[in-house]
Amino acid sequence: MNIIVCMKQVIDLEQIRIKPITREPVIEGLPLLFGDFEKCALEEAVRLKEKHGAKVTALAVGTPKLRDTIKESLAIGADEAIILTDPIFQDSDAMGSARVIAKAINKIGEFDLILLGDSSADEYSGEIPPRIAELLNLPQVGSVRELELLEDHDQTSKAKVIRVVRDMEDALEVVELDLPAVVGVTSELNTPRLAPLSAILKAGRKPLHEWGPEDIGIAADEVGEKASVIEVLSNLAPVQDRKEILYEDVEEGVVEVVKALLQEGVLTQ
Amino acid sequence: MNGIIVYSELEETALGLLTKGRELASELNKPLSVVLLGDQAGDQAENTFAYGATQAFIADAPALTNFQASTYASALTQIMAQADADIILIGSTRRGRELAPRLAQKLSAGCVTDAISLCIKDNRLVVERRTLGGNTVSTKVITSRQQVIAVMPKLYEADPVTGGAGEVIPVSLELQGPTTRVLERRPKKAGTVNLEEAEVLVCVGRGLNDKGDLALIQSLADSVGGMLGCTRPISHEYHWLTEDQMVGLSGKEASPRLYLAIGISGQIQHTVGVMNAKVIVAINNDKNAPIFKIADYGIVGDLYQVVPKLIEKLRSEFGGSQPK
Repeated sequence: MNIIVCMKQVIDLEQIRIKPITREPVIEGLPLLFGDFEKCALEEAVRLKEKHGAKVTALAVGTPKLRDTIKESLAIGADEAIILTDPIFQDSDAMGSARVIAKAINKIGEFDLILLGDSSADEYSGEIPPRIAELLNLPQVGSVRELELLEDHDQTSKAKVIRVVRDMEDALEVVELDLPAVVGVTSELNTPRLAPLSAILKAGRKPLHEWGPEDIGIAADEVGEKASVIEVLSNLAPVQDRKEILYEDVEEGVVEVVKALLQEGVLTQ
Repeated sequence: MNGIIVYSELEETALGLLTKGRELASELNKPLSVVLLGDQAGDQAENTFAYGATQAFIADAPALTNFQASTYASALTQIMAQADADIILIGSTRRGRELAPRLAQKLSAGCVTDAISLCIKDNRLVVERRTLGGNTVSTKVITSRQQVIAVMPKLYEADPVTGGAGEVIPVSLELQGPTTRVLERRPKKAGTVNLEEAEVLVCVGRGLNDKGDLALIQSLADSVGGMLGCTRPISHEYHWLTEDQMVGLSGKEASPRLYLAIGISGQIQHTVGVMNAKVIVAINNDKNAPIFKIADYGIVGDLYQVVPKLIEKLRSEFGGSQPK
């Protein structure tokens, strides 16, 4: 079985600072890491490999820093990694990014399962899984919190089948689908392992490929800012006007806070 | 004339989107219509006219029995073509979040999910959504010919108009059979908590040591007449509270008059769910916890020390009875 795990490196969101007057986020120079959902997607791929045998390929589009970031996926158990860091891919909107990923998947050619985080940690838009599924004409399921490959499901056909549990608002849905398929996962799926030091050292020896626009056959006008159909007017932190009164003495704090809440009129209707 | 069309599998959400759609349609001088799918579609159509739809496109097919993003996206593509709609508003439920981008890709259109505000500026539809993990709000315009926008399901309240009337248009769809098979639906325990409507909300985070200690936090919630919520680890990792009690980016958003954060460090993914609280109080043993930066009042201390004292003080203020 061939599994492709799509990964996105995101800046460490906990370290974002907001400029006090302009409300702009300061994101330059922050460390890049993989989001929790993606780590679960990779972990699940490695577990399927351990149980059923599979080749796991990590695939990511992003800045050249991916050359370092992606090594974590190899250390955790991906057999090879493909990164797409060409400048023309930068500043793509979701449709542009989906085109790049779908073209790269087509170039990989052989795949049964495409696993990825249901939504990325930074944008949380959830656009990529449905968009690549549409581009590849594959079935898709999201909000997946349990996944099982059904062995010998149908002796007469060679179709591989998975059974997933999707977390919908009102119910958990048990769904079966034939592979190949696109599956978006959430962090309830598993607890990702940490890569042992020996694996981190060996990760550098695993194949790491960099593909450019010619490799995947994408035209310059299909990606990047020029192809974007989203115009961002602004991106600012919401105004928070809080009092920030802090009590370090517990006794005083309890008395003063209750007094203040009564004065603010929030304790009675 | 290109129009605005509304779809959600939740009737209340569809009516809320029609209510907002009325305003947008009138400012953009466009017609407003609605899509209703499934065997109930015909029965629901008449009611949508009271919320501003002037056309209801109804369709049913065996392939629509269970939700599947590709099938529903194909249905909406066909209906948008027939309705000549260039803007579609979809409820950003879990299903809606899968449907909207798939539909957008079929249309080669831009998409915004989880929209938290819609307005018209210079004759363009301007959409806001949170980004950078909730740190910021991004203001966007979709520039493709067609626009797909998934709107937070409870953002707009349904408000009827008087004397609305419209036309019911049955549509026959060409759909492929489903490629996913829904075997079972396990309903979640009936949602007894509705944190979105909490007037007073008490949330607990990783600072709590043990599930048994929830009684202490519940007791604090009782003493202020509040509801109990939590951060993602408490519900989704430890399972000490139910998942519909989780407050934050992937959970509930609330606008209480008072929000008490107990043992919560203040990660943005949680606090984004309570940013609209009138007053925020935080209790945390780490003086440098980010929660204190968004709090009106903070007490630095061990929650096991502070909370019992706070309950005692609140009870003495209210003479042993709960505030009304």
